[in-house]
Amino acid sequence: MTTLLKVEDLKIYYGSIEALKGISLTVDEGEIVTVLGANGAGKSTLLRAISGLLPIRSGKIKLNDQELNNVKAFKIVMEGISHVPEGRKVFGTLTVEENLNLGAYTRRKDIKSVEESKERVFNLFPILKSRRNQLAGTLSGGEQQMLAMGRGLMSTPRILLLDEPSLGLAPLLVRQIFQIIREINDQGISILLVEQNARKALSIAHRGYVLETGNISISGLASDLKSNQKVQEAYLGGAAFKKKNRV
Amino acid sequence: MRIFLEQMLNGLTIGSFYALIALGYSMVYGVMKLINFAHGDLFALGSYLGFTLLVWGNAYVTSHVGLAGGMIAAMLIAAIGIGIAGIIIERIAYRPIYSVGRLPAVVSALGVSIFLENIIMVIWGPRYQAYPVSVVPTLRFEIGGIHVTLLQIVILILSFVLLAVLYYIIQKTTFGAAIRASALDRDTAALMGINIETIIFFIFALGPALGGTAGVMVGMYYRQISFTMGWNYGLKAFTATILGGIGNIPGAMLGGLLLGVFEMLGSAYISTAYKDVFVFLILILVLIFRPRGLLGEKVAEKV
Repeated sequence: MTTLLKVEDLKIYYGSIEALKGISLTVDEGEIVTVLGANGAGKSTLLRAISGLLPIRSGKIKLNDQELNNVKAFKIVMEGISHVPEGRKVFGTLTVEENLNLGAYTRRKDIKSVEESKERVFNLFPILKSRRNQLAGTLSGGEQQMLAMGRGLMSTPRILLLDEPSLGLAPLLVRQIFQIIREINDQGISILLVEQNARKALSIAHRGYVLETGNISISGLASDLKSNQKVQEAYLGGAAFKKKNRV
Repeated sequence: MRIFLEQMLNGLTIGSFYALIALGYSMVYGVMKLINFAHGDLFALGSYLGFTLLVWGNAYVTSHVGLAGGMIAAMLIAAIGIGIAGIIIERIAYRPIYSVGRLPAVVSALGVSIFLENIIMVIWGPRYQAYPVSVVPTLRFEIGGIHVTLLQIVILILSFVLLAVLYYIIQKTTFGAAIRASALDRDTAALMGINIETIIFFIFALGPALGGTAGVMVGMYYRQISFTMGWNYGLKAFTATILGGIGNIPGAMLGGLLLGVFEMLGSAYISTAYKDVFVFLILILVLIFRPRGLLGEKVAEKV
Protein backbone atom coordinates (compact mmCIF):
# COMPACT_ATOMS: atom_id res chain seq x y z
CA MET A 1 0.00 0.00 0.00
CA THR A 2 1.17 3.53 -0.69
CA THR A 3 1.60 6.06 2.03
CA LEU A 4 -0.94 8.88 1.82
CA LEU A 5 -0.20 11.04 4.84
CA LYS A 6 3.20 11.20 6.45
CA VAL A 7 4.14 13.09 9.60
CA GLU A 8 7.87 13.27 10.33
CA ASP A 9 9.39 14.33 13.63
CA LEU A 10 6.70 16.96 14.19
CA LYS A 11 7.22 19.52 16.97
CA ILE A 12 4.52 21.95 18.00
CA TYR A 13 4.77 24.62 20.68
CA TYR A 14 2.17 26.69 22.46
CA GLY A 15 4.31 29.64 23.45
CA SER A 16 7.22 28.00 25.23
CA ILE A 17 5.31 24.84 26.06
CA GLU A 18 6.14 21.85 23.91
CA ALA A 19 2.86 20.14 22.95
CA LEU A 20 4.23 17.66 20.44
CA LYS A 21 7.80 16.56 21.04
CA GLY A 22 8.75 15.20 17.65
CA ILE A 23 6.24 12.60 16.57
CA SER A 24 6.14 10.56 13.36
CA LEU A 25 3.26 8.61 11.89
CA THR A 26 1.85 7.49 8.57
CA VAL A 27 -1.57 6.78 7.13
CA ASP A 28 -1.72 4.54 4.07
CA GLU A 29 -4.17 4.77 1.22
CA GLY A 30 -7.49 3.22 2.35
CA GLU A 31 -6.42 2.77 5.96
CA ILE A 32 -8.08 3.63 9.25
CA VAL A 33 -5.43 4.76 11.72
CA THR A 34 -6.30 5.71 15.26
CA VAL A 35 -4.41 7.88 17.72
CA LEU A 36 -5.23 7.08 21.33
CA GLY A 37 -4.34 9.06 24.38
CA ALA A 38 -5.58 10.80 27.48
CA ASN A 39 -6.77 14.39 27.72
CA GLY A 40 -3.93 16.77 26.98
CA ALA A 41 -1.73 14.18 25.31
CA GLY A 42 -1.65 16.28 22.14
CA LYS A 43 -4.15 14.42 19.96
CA SER A 44 -6.12 17.46 18.84
CA THR A 45 -2.89 19.41 18.48
CA LEU A 46 -1.71 16.83 15.98
CA LEU A 47 -4.84 17.15 13.85
CA ARG A 48 -4.84 20.95 14.06
CA ALA A 49 -1.23 21.00 12.93
CA ILE A 50 -1.99 18.76 9.95
CA SER A 51 -4.83 21.12 8.98
CA GLY A 52 -2.58 24.15 9.13
CA LEU A 53 -4.33 25.73 12.12
CA LEU A 54 -1.17 25.62 14.23
CA PRO A 55 2.32 26.79 13.29
CA ILE A 56 4.88 24.02 12.95
CA ARG A 57 8.14 24.45 14.88
CA SER A 58 10.01 21.67 13.12
CA GLY A 59 9.35 18.45 11.28
CA LYS A 60 7.34 17.74 8.17
CA ILE A 61 3.80 16.97 7.12
CA LYS A 62 3.41 15.43 3.69
CA LEU A 63 0.46 14.30 1.62
CA ASN A 64 1.62 12.03 -1.21
CA ASP A 65 5.14 13.39 -0.84
CA GLN A 66 3.91 16.94 -1.23
CA GLU A 67 4.98 19.06 1.71
CA LEU A 68 2.14 20.84 3.50
CA ASN A 69 4.14 22.71 6.16
CA ASN A 70 3.63 26.16 4.69
CA VAL A 71 0.23 25.61 3.12
CA LYS A 72 -2.36 27.86 4.75
CA ALA A 73 -5.27 26.27 6.60
CA PHE A 74 -7.89 27.32 4.06
CA LYS A 75 -5.90 25.67 1.26
CA ILE A 76 -5.38 22.35 3.02
CA VAL A 77 -8.91 21.19 2.25
CA MET A 78 -8.23 21.62 -1.48
CA GLU A 79 -5.32 19.22 -1.14
CA GLY A 80 -7.75 16.50 -0.09
CA ILE A 81 -7.59 16.65 3.72
CA SER A 82 -10.83 17.24 5.58
CA HIS A 83 -10.86 17.86 9.32
CA VAL A 84 -13.92 17.21 11.49
CA PRO A 85 -13.01 19.13 14.64
CA GLU A 86 -13.50 18.16 18.25
CA GLY A 87 -16.88 19.19 19.65
CA ARG A 88 -18.50 19.09 16.16
CA LYS A 89 -18.14 22.86 15.63
CA VAL A 90 -21.16 23.01 13.37
CA PHE A 91 -22.23 26.56 12.49
CA GLY A 92 -25.16 26.81 14.89
CA THR A 93 -27.06 29.72 13.37
CA LEU A 94 -26.77 28.32 9.84
CA THR A 95 -29.10 25.68 8.49
CA VAL A 96 -28.05 22.07 8.05
CA GLU A 97 -27.95 22.55 4.30
CA GLU A 98 -25.85 25.72 4.55
CA ASN A 99 -23.40 23.83 6.76
CA LEU A 100 -23.14 21.12 4.12
CA ASN A 101 -22.74 23.66 1.32
CA LEU A 102 -19.84 25.22 3.19
CA GLY A 103 -18.18 21.82 3.32
CA ALA A 104 -17.97 22.10 -0.47
CA TYR A 105 -17.13 25.81 -0.38
CA THR A 106 -14.00 25.54 -2.52
CA ARG A 107 -15.99 24.20 -5.48
CA ARG A 108 -19.21 26.10 -4.80
CA LYS A 109 -19.43 27.21 -8.44
CA ASP A 110 -19.83 23.61 -9.55
CA ILE A 111 -23.43 23.31 -8.39
CA LYS A 112 -24.02 19.93 -9.96
CA SER A 113 -21.16 18.17 -8.20
CA VAL A 114 -22.07 19.88 -4.89
CA GLU A 115 -25.60 18.48 -5.20
CA GLU A 116 -24.17 15.04 -5.95
CA SER A 117 -21.98 15.15 -2.85
CA LYS A 118 -24.96 16.29 -0.83
CA GLU A 119 -27.00 13.33 -2.03
CA ARG A 120 -24.18 10.98 -1.02
CA VAL A 121 -24.09 12.56 2.44
CA PHE A 122 -27.88 12.28 2.73
CA ASN A 123 -27.62 8.58 1.85
CA LEU A 124 -25.09 8.10 4.63
CA PHE A 125 -27.02 10.25 7.13
CA PRO A 126 -30.73 10.20 6.15
CA ILE A 127 -31.66 12.22 9.24
CA LEU A 128 -29.81 15.23 7.80
CA LYS A 129 -32.06 15.24 4.75
CA SER A 130 -35.21 15.56 6.83
CA ARG A 131 -33.59 18.35 8.85
CA ARG A 132 -31.93 20.19 6.00
CA ASN A 133 -33.72 23.50 6.64
CA GLN A 134 -33.33 23.39 10.41
CA LEU A 135 -30.69 25.47 12.20
CA ALA A 136 -27.69 23.30 13.03
CA GLY A 137 -27.68 24.56 16.64
CA THR A 138 -31.08 22.96 17.24
CA LEU A 139 -29.87 19.45 16.39
CA SER A 140 -29.09 16.86 19.06
CA GLY A 141 -25.47 16.04 19.82
CA GLY A 142 -25.53 12.91 17.69
CA GLU A 143 -27.11 14.72 14.78
CA GLN A 144 -24.54 17.49 15.06
CA GLN A 145 -21.78 14.87 14.88
CA MET A 146 -23.38 13.44 11.77
CA LEU A 147 -23.62 16.92 10.28
CA ALA A 148 -19.98 17.65 11.11
CA MET A 149 -18.91 14.41 9.43
CA GLY A 150 -21.22 14.98 6.47
CA ARG A 151 -19.85 18.49 6.10
CA GLY A 152 -16.34 17.06 6.17
CA LEU A 153 -17.22 14.63 3.38
CA MET A 154 -18.65 17.39 1.17
CA SER A 155 -15.16 18.34 0.05
CA THR A 156 -14.68 14.78 -1.33
CA PRO A 157 -11.50 14.30 0.71
CA ARG A 158 -8.88 11.61 0.30
CA ILE A 159 -8.35 11.53 4.03
CA LEU A 160 -10.73 12.44 6.82
CA LEU A 161 -9.37 13.62 10.18
CA LEU A 162 -11.87 12.79 12.92
CA ASP A 163 -11.39 14.33 16.35
CA GLU A 164 -13.29 12.52 19.10
CA PRO A 165 -16.42 11.69 17.11
CA SER A 166 -17.89 9.72 20.02
CA LEU A 167 -17.48 12.52 22.59
CA GLY A 168 -20.59 12.92 24.74
CA LEU A 169 -22.75 10.54 22.73
CA ALA A 170 -24.99 7.75 24.04
CA PRO A 171 -23.62 4.20 23.50
CA LEU A 172 -26.14 3.39 20.79
CA LEU A 173 -25.14 6.48 18.83
CA VAL A 174 -21.46 5.74 19.33
CA ARG A 175 -21.98 2.34 17.72
CA GLN A 176 -23.81 3.95 14.82
CA ILE A 177 -21.10 6.59 14.29
CA PHE A 178 -18.36 3.97 14.24
CA GLN A 179 -20.37 1.87 11.81
CA ILE A 180 -20.57 4.89 9.50
CA ILE A 181 -16.85 5.59 9.84
CA ARG A 182 -16.26 2.08 8.54
CA GLU A 183 -18.69 2.70 5.66
CA ILE A 184 -16.87 5.91 4.75
CA ASN A 185 -13.61 3.99 4.76
CA ASP A 186 -15.16 1.31 2.51
CA GLN A 187 -15.67 4.04 -0.06
CA GLY A 188 -11.90 4.42 -0.24
CA ILE A 189 -11.41 7.39 2.07
CA SER A 190 -8.51 7.05 4.50
CA ILE A 191 -9.22 7.98 8.10
CA LEU A 192 -7.09 9.36 10.89
CA LEU A 193 -9.19 8.88 14.01
CA VAL A 194 -8.39 10.52 17.32
CA GLU A 195 -10.32 8.92 20.16
CA GLN A 196 -10.56 8.50 23.89
CA ASN A 197 -12.89 5.54 23.42
CA ALA A 198 -9.96 3.21 22.74
CA ARG A 199 -11.96 0.01 22.65
CA LYS A 200 -14.24 1.29 19.90
CA ALA A 201 -11.45 2.92 17.97
CA LEU A 202 -9.30 -0.22 17.96
CA SER A 203 -12.28 -2.30 16.86
CA ILE A 204 -12.46 -0.50 13.51
CA ALA A 205 -8.86 0.68 13.00
CA HIS A 206 -6.17 -1.12 11.06
CA ARG A 207 -3.32 0.42 12.99
CA GLY A 208 -2.94 2.63 16.00
CA TYR A 209 -0.59 4.94 17.88
CA VAL A 210 -0.64 5.80 21.56
CA LEU A 211 0.20 9.41 22.32
CA GLU A 212 1.44 10.28 25.82
CA THR A 213 2.31 13.89 26.76
CA GLY A 214 3.52 14.77 23.30
CA ASN A 215 5.34 11.53 22.47
CA ILE A 216 4.26 8.38 20.72
CA SER A 217 4.84 5.63 23.27
CA ILE A 218 3.38 2.59 21.51
CA SER A 219 2.38 1.88 17.93
CA GLY A 220 1.36 -1.13 15.91
CA LEU A 221 -1.50 -3.08 14.39
CA ALA A 222 -4.84 -2.54 16.10
CA SER A 223 -5.02 -6.20 17.06
CA ASP A 224 -1.56 -6.01 18.68
CA LEU A 225 -2.50 -2.86 20.59
CA LYS A 226 -5.64 -4.52 21.89
CA SER A 227 -3.61 -7.29 23.46
CA ASN A 228 -0.79 -5.01 24.65
CA GLN A 229 -0.76 -5.04 28.42
CA LYS A 230 0.09 -1.36 28.80
CA VAL A 231 -2.69 -0.32 26.44
CA GLN A 232 -5.12 -2.57 28.27
CA GLU A 233 -4.26 -1.08 31.63
CA ALA A 234 -4.24 2.54 30.61
CA TYR A 235 -6.90 2.77 27.93
CA LEU A 236 -9.08 -0.32 27.91
CA GLY A 237 -10.00 -0.42 31.60
CA GLY A 238 -7.68 -3.37 32.21
CA ALA A 239 -6.31 -4.95 35.37
CA ALA A 240 -5.64 -1.83 37.39
CA PHE A 241 -9.08 -0.50 36.70
CA LYS A 242 -10.75 -3.75 37.63
CA LYS A 243 -8.83 -4.01 40.87
CA LYS A 244 -9.93 -0.57 41.89
CA ASN A 245 -13.53 -1.39 41.12
CA ARG A 246 -13.49 -4.49 43.24
CA VAL A 247 -12.81 -2.56 46.43
CA MET B 1 -53.94 60.38 10.03
CA ARG B 2 -52.41 62.46 7.26
CA ILE B 3 -49.66 63.65 9.56
CA PHE B 4 -49.10 60.11 10.75
CA LEU B 5 -48.66 58.75 7.24
CA GLU B 6 -46.42 61.61 6.20
CA GLN B 7 -44.25 61.11 9.25
CA MET B 8 -44.15 57.37 8.62
CA LEU B 9 -42.87 58.07 5.14
CA ASN B 10 -40.29 60.53 6.44
CA GLY B 11 -39.34 58.04 9.11
CA LEU B 12 -38.82 55.24 6.59
CA THR B 13 -36.70 57.58 4.48
CA ILE B 14 -34.27 58.49 7.23
CA GLY B 15 -34.63 54.95 8.57
CA SER B 16 -33.26 53.65 5.29
CA PHE B 17 -30.23 55.93 5.75
CA TYR B 18 -29.69 54.46 9.20
CA ALA B 19 -30.19 50.94 7.88
CA LEU B 20 -27.61 51.39 5.11
CA ILE B 21 -25.07 52.78 7.57
CA ALA B 22 -25.93 50.21 10.25
CA LEU B 23 -25.06 47.36 7.89
CA GLY B 24 -21.45 48.48 7.85
CA TYR B 25 -21.23 48.43 11.65
CA SER B 26 -22.94 45.10 11.85
CA MET B 27 -20.95 43.28 9.17
CA VAL B 28 -17.62 44.46 10.56
CA TYR B 29 -18.63 43.66 14.12
CA GLY B 30 -19.94 40.25 13.10
CA VAL B 31 -16.69 39.09 11.55
CA MET B 32 -14.06 41.17 13.37
CA LYS B 33 -15.78 41.78 16.73
CA LEU B 34 -14.67 45.37 16.18
CA ILE B 35 -16.89 48.43 16.44
CA ASN B 36 -15.66 50.49 13.54
CA PHE B 37 -16.14 53.97 14.96
CA ALA B 38 -14.69 55.43 11.78
CA HIS B 39 -17.71 54.18 9.86
CA GLY B 40 -19.83 57.28 10.52
CA ASP B 41 -17.07 59.49 9.18
CA LEU B 42 -16.71 57.32 6.10
CA PHE B 43 -20.38 58.01 5.54
CA ALA B 44 -19.71 61.75 5.87
CA LEU B 45 -16.76 61.46 3.50
CA GLY B 46 -19.12 59.82 1.00
CA SER B 47 -21.50 62.71 1.36
CA TYR B 48 -18.72 65.21 0.62
CA LEU B 49 -17.39 63.15 -2.26
CA GLY B 50 -20.87 63.17 -3.81
CA PHE B 51 -21.10 66.89 -3.17
CA THR B 52 -17.86 67.62 -5.02
CA LEU B 53 -18.79 65.35 -7.89
CA LEU B 54 -22.14 67.04 -8.33
CA VAL B 55 -20.69 70.54 -8.03
CA TRP B 56 -18.06 69.76 -10.66
CA GLY B 57 -20.47 67.88 -12.86
CA ASN B 58 -23.32 70.30 -12.32
CA ALA B 59 -23.42 71.66 -15.87
CA TYR B 60 -22.84 68.25 -17.39
CA VAL B 61 -25.59 66.68 -15.30
CA THR B 62 -28.20 69.29 -16.20
CA SER B 63 -27.32 69.32 -19.90
CA HIS B 64 -26.51 65.69 -20.62
CA VAL B 65 -27.22 62.84 -18.23
CA GLY B 66 -30.21 64.28 -16.41
CA LEU B 67 -30.95 64.27 -12.70
CA ALA B 68 -31.31 60.52 -12.40
CA GLY B 69 -28.05 59.90 -14.22
CA GLY B 70 -26.19 62.42 -12.08
CA MET B 71 -27.60 60.95 -8.89
CA ILE B 72 -26.71 57.39 -9.83
CA ALA B 73 -23.23 58.41 -10.98
CA ALA B 74 -22.57 60.35 -7.75
CA MET B 75 -23.72 57.43 -5.61
CA LEU B 76 -21.76 54.89 -7.59
CA ILE B 77 -18.52 56.86 -7.51
CA ALA B 78 -18.97 57.68 -3.82
CA ALA B 79 -19.64 54.00 -3.12
CA ILE B 80 -16.48 52.91 -4.93
CA GLY B 81 -14.37 55.67 -3.39
CA ILE B 82 -15.54 55.01 0.14
CA GLY B 83 -15.23 51.25 -0.37
CA ILE B 84 -11.58 51.75 -1.27
CA ALA B 85 -11.15 54.06 1.73
CA GLY B 86 -12.61 51.32 3.94
CA ILE B 87 -10.08 48.78 2.69
CA ILE B 88 -7.17 51.20 3.12
CA ILE B 89 -8.23 52.02 6.69
CA GLU B 90 -8.43 48.33 7.56
CA ARG B 91 -4.92 47.76 6.18
CA ILE B 92 -3.33 50.75 7.87
CA ALA B 93 -5.19 51.23 11.13
CA TYR B 94 -6.61 47.83 12.15
CA ARG B 95 -4.71 44.96 10.60
CA PRO B 96 -1.34 45.68 12.25
CA ILE B 97 -2.87 45.55 15.73
CA TYR B 98 -5.39 42.67 15.59
CA SER B 99 -2.92 40.45 17.36
CA VAL B 100 -2.75 42.76 20.39
CA GLY B 101 -6.41 42.30 21.23
CA ARG B 102 -9.75 43.88 20.50
CA LEU B 103 -9.60 47.06 22.53
CA PRO B 104 -6.59 48.64 20.77
CA ALA B 105 -8.41 48.29 17.43
CA VAL B 106 -11.44 50.11 18.87
CA VAL B 107 -9.19 52.93 20.07
CA SER B 108 -7.56 53.01 16.66
CA ALA B 109 -11.03 53.24 15.08
CA LEU B 110 -11.80 56.27 17.26
CA GLY B 111 -8.52 57.79 16.10
CA VAL B 112 -9.40 57.21 12.46
CA SER B 113 -12.80 58.80 13.12
CA ILE B 114 -11.20 61.99 14.44
CA PHE B 115 -8.67 61.94 11.62
CA LEU B 116 -11.33 61.66 8.92
CA GLU B 117 -13.50 64.35 10.49
CA ASN B 118 -10.56 66.74 10.45
CA ILE B 119 -9.51 65.79 6.94
CA ILE B 120 -13.01 66.67 5.76
CA MET B 121 -12.79 69.99 7.59
CA VAL B 122 -9.40 70.77 6.05
CA ILE B 123 -10.49 69.91 2.51
CA TRP B 124 -14.03 71.30 2.48
CA GLY B 125 -13.90 73.82 5.27
CA PRO B 126 -15.66 74.06 8.63
CA ARG B 127 -18.77 75.71 7.28
CA TYR B 128 -21.91 73.99 6.03
CA GLN B 129 -21.87 73.05 2.37
CA ALA B 130 -25.00 72.71 0.26
CA TYR B 131 -25.70 70.29 -2.58
CA PRO B 132 -26.53 72.38 -5.67
CA VAL B 133 -30.29 72.73 -6.18
CA SER B 134 -30.02 72.04 -9.88
CA VAL B 135 -28.90 68.44 -9.40
CA VAL B 136 -31.59 67.39 -6.95
CA PRO B 137 -35.06 66.43 -8.17
CA THR B 138 -37.55 68.85 -6.63
CA LEU B 139 -40.79 67.45 -7.96
CA ARG B 140 -43.42 67.00 -5.27
CA PHE B 141 -46.91 65.65 -5.47
CA GLU B 142 -49.85 64.51 -3.41
CA ILE B 143 -51.09 60.97 -3.03
CA GLY B 144 -54.41 60.87 -1.15
CA GLY B 145 -53.61 64.14 0.58
CA ILE B 146 -50.12 63.06 1.60
CA HIS B 147 -47.22 65.19 0.45
CA VAL B 148 -44.54 63.13 -1.20
CA THR B 149 -41.39 64.24 -2.98
CA LEU B 150 -39.98 62.43 -5.96
CA LEU B 151 -36.60 62.35 -4.25
CA GLN B 152 -38.11 60.55 -1.30
CA ILE B 153 -39.56 57.88 -3.54
CA VAL B 154 -36.28 57.46 -5.41
CA ILE B 155 -34.32 57.21 -2.17
CA LEU B 156 -36.73 54.66 -0.71
CA ILE B 157 -36.69 52.50 -3.82
CA LEU B 158 -32.90 52.63 -4.16
CA SER B 159 -32.31 51.82 -0.50
CA PHE B 160 -34.73 48.94 -0.52
CA VAL B 161 -33.11 47.54 -3.65
CA LEU B 162 -29.68 47.79 -1.99
CA LEU B 163 -30.97 46.23 1.23
CA ALA B 164 -32.64 43.42 -0.73
CA VAL B 165 -29.49 42.69 -2.73
CA LEU B 166 -27.36 42.63 0.40
CA TYR B 167 -29.91 40.47 2.21
CA TYR B 168 -29.81 38.04 -0.69
CA ILE B 169 -26.02 37.87 -0.75
CA ILE B 170 -25.64 37.39 2.99
CA GLN B 171 -28.59 35.10 3.69
CA LYS B 172 -29.07 33.13 0.49
CA THR B 173 -25.72 32.51 -1.17
CA THR B 174 -22.95 30.16 -0.13
CA PHE B 175 -20.55 33.10 -0.04
CA GLY B 176 -22.94 34.80 2.41
CA ALA B 177 -23.02 31.62 4.48
CA ALA B 178 -19.21 31.74 4.48
CA ILE B 179 -19.34 35.28 5.90
CA ARG B 180 -21.75 34.20 8.62
CA ALA B 181 -19.64 31.11 9.33
CA SER B 182 -16.49 33.22 9.64
CA ALA B 183 -18.32 35.42 12.14
CA LEU B 184 -19.17 32.35 14.24
CA ASP B 185 -15.92 30.41 14.18
CA ARG B 186 -12.91 31.44 12.15
CA ASP B 187 -10.87 28.26 12.60
CA THR B 188 -13.65 25.97 11.51
CA ALA B 189 -14.42 28.30 8.61
CA ALA B 190 -10.80 27.91 7.51
CA LEU B 191 -11.22 24.12 7.62
CA MET B 192 -14.01 24.58 5.06
CA GLY B 193 -11.54 26.32 2.74
CA ILE B 194 -12.85 29.81 3.48
CA ASN B 195 -10.13 32.44 3.16
CA ILE B 196 -10.73 34.93 5.95
CA GLU B 197 -8.73 37.58 4.07
CA THR B 198 -11.30 37.54 1.27
CA ILE B 199 -14.12 37.88 3.77
CA ILE B 200 -12.43 40.79 5.57
CA PHE B 201 -11.75 42.51 2.24
CA PHE B 202 -15.38 42.11 1.27
CA ILE B 203 -16.91 43.46 4.48
CA PHE B 204 -14.52 46.41 4.69
CA ALA B 205 -15.28 47.31 1.08
CA LEU B 206 -19.02 46.72 1.06
CA GLY B 207 -19.94 48.20 4.45
CA PRO B 208 -18.29 51.58 3.74
CA ALA B 209 -19.60 51.51 0.13
CA LEU B 210 -23.16 51.31 1.44
CA GLY B 211 -22.35 54.04 3.97
CA GLY B 212 -20.94 56.26 1.23
CA THR B 213 -24.08 55.77 -0.85
CA ALA B 214 -26.18 56.74 2.14
CA GLY B 215 -23.97 59.83 2.47
CA VAL B 216 -24.93 61.00 -1.01
CA MET B 217 -28.59 60.26 -0.28
CA VAL B 218 -28.50 62.31 2.90
CA GLY B 219 -26.77 65.15 1.07
CA MET B 220 -29.48 65.21 -1.55
CA TYR B 221 -32.31 64.83 0.94
CA TYR B 222 -31.30 67.57 3.37
CA ARG B 223 -29.01 69.34 0.88
CA GLN B 224 -26.96 70.72 3.75
CA ILE B 225 -23.92 68.81 4.97
CA SER B 226 -21.32 69.47 7.65
CA PHE B 227 -18.04 67.85 8.57
CA THR B 228 -19.42 66.71 11.92
CA MET B 229 -22.41 64.88 10.41
CA GLY B 230 -20.63 61.52 10.59
CA TRP B 231 -20.70 61.47 14.36
CA ASN B 232 -24.43 62.06 14.65
CA TYR B 233 -25.46 59.63 11.91
CA GLY B 234 -22.88 57.13 12.98
CA LEU B 235 -24.13 57.08 16.54
CA LYS B 236 -27.74 56.69 15.43
CA ALA B 237 -26.90 53.94 12.97
CA PHE B 238 -24.90 52.26 15.71
CA THR B 239 -27.98 52.47 17.92
CA ALA B 240 -29.96 50.87 15.09
CA THR B 241 -27.38 48.07 14.98
CA ILE B 242 -27.79 47.43 18.71
CA LEU B 243 -31.57 47.63 18.39
CA GLY B 244 -31.63 44.98 15.66
CA GLY B 245 -28.96 42.80 17.24
CA ILE B 246 -25.32 43.51 16.48
CA GLY B 247 -23.77 41.19 13.93
CA ASN B 248 -27.19 40.31 12.55
CA ILE B 249 -27.74 41.62 9.00
CA PRO B 250 -31.57 41.54 8.83
CA GLY B 251 -31.48 43.01 12.35
CA ALA B 252 -29.46 46.02 11.22
CA MET B 253 -31.95 46.70 8.44
CA LEU B 254 -34.95 46.37 10.73
CA GLY B 255 -33.27 48.40 13.49
CA GLY B 256 -32.48 51.23 11.09
CA LEU B 257 -35.99 51.49 9.70
CA LEU B 258 -37.62 51.26 13.14
CA LEU B 259 -35.32 53.90 14.55
CA GLY B 260 -36.11 56.31 11.72
CA VAL B 261 -39.83 55.84 12.27
CA PHE B 262 -39.54 56.30 16.06
CA GLU B 263 -37.53 59.43 15.58
CA MET B 264 -40.00 60.99 13.16
CA LEU B 265 -43.12 60.00 15.07
CA GLY B 266 -41.54 61.22 18.29
CA SER B 267 -40.72 64.58 16.81
CA ALA B 268 -44.17 64.90 15.20
CA TYR B 269 -46.24 64.02 18.26
CA ILE B 270 -44.05 65.02 21.18
CA SER B 271 -41.37 67.51 20.28
CA THR B 272 -38.75 67.93 17.59
CA ALA B 273 -36.39 69.25 20.23
CA TYR B 274 -36.31 65.77 21.78
CA LYS B 275 -35.85 63.71 18.63
CA ASP B 276 -32.33 62.65 19.53
CA VAL B 277 -33.52 61.86 23.03
CA PHE B 278 -35.97 59.26 21.66
CA VAL B 279 -33.21 57.59 19.75
CA PHE B 280 -30.86 57.27 22.70
CA LEU B 281 -33.70 56.39 25.04
CA ILE B 282 -34.30 53.41 22.78
CA LEU B 283 -30.61 52.54 22.96
CA ILE B 284 -30.71 52.60 26.76
CA LEU B 285 -33.94 50.58 26.94
CA VAL B 286 -32.63 47.94 24.55
CA LEU B 287 -29.39 47.66 26.48
CA ILE B 288 -31.29 47.19 29.74
CA PHE B 289 -34.10 44.88 28.63
CA ARG B 290 -32.88 43.08 25.54
CA PRO B 291 -29.15 43.54 25.14
CA ARG B 292 -28.91 41.02 22.32
CA GLY B 293 -31.31 43.16 20.24
CA LEU B 294 -34.57 42.36 18.46
CA LEU B 295 -33.26 39.67 16.10
CA GLY B 296 -30.10 38.77 18.00
CA GLU B 297 -31.50 35.40 18.97
CA LYS B 298 -28.85 33.17 20.40
CA VAL B 299 -29.07 29.52 19.45
CA ALA B 300 -27.67 27.37 22.19
CA GLU B 301 -24.88 25.13 21.00
CA LYS B 302 -25.29 21.60 22.21
CA VAL B 303 -22.28 19.49 22.92
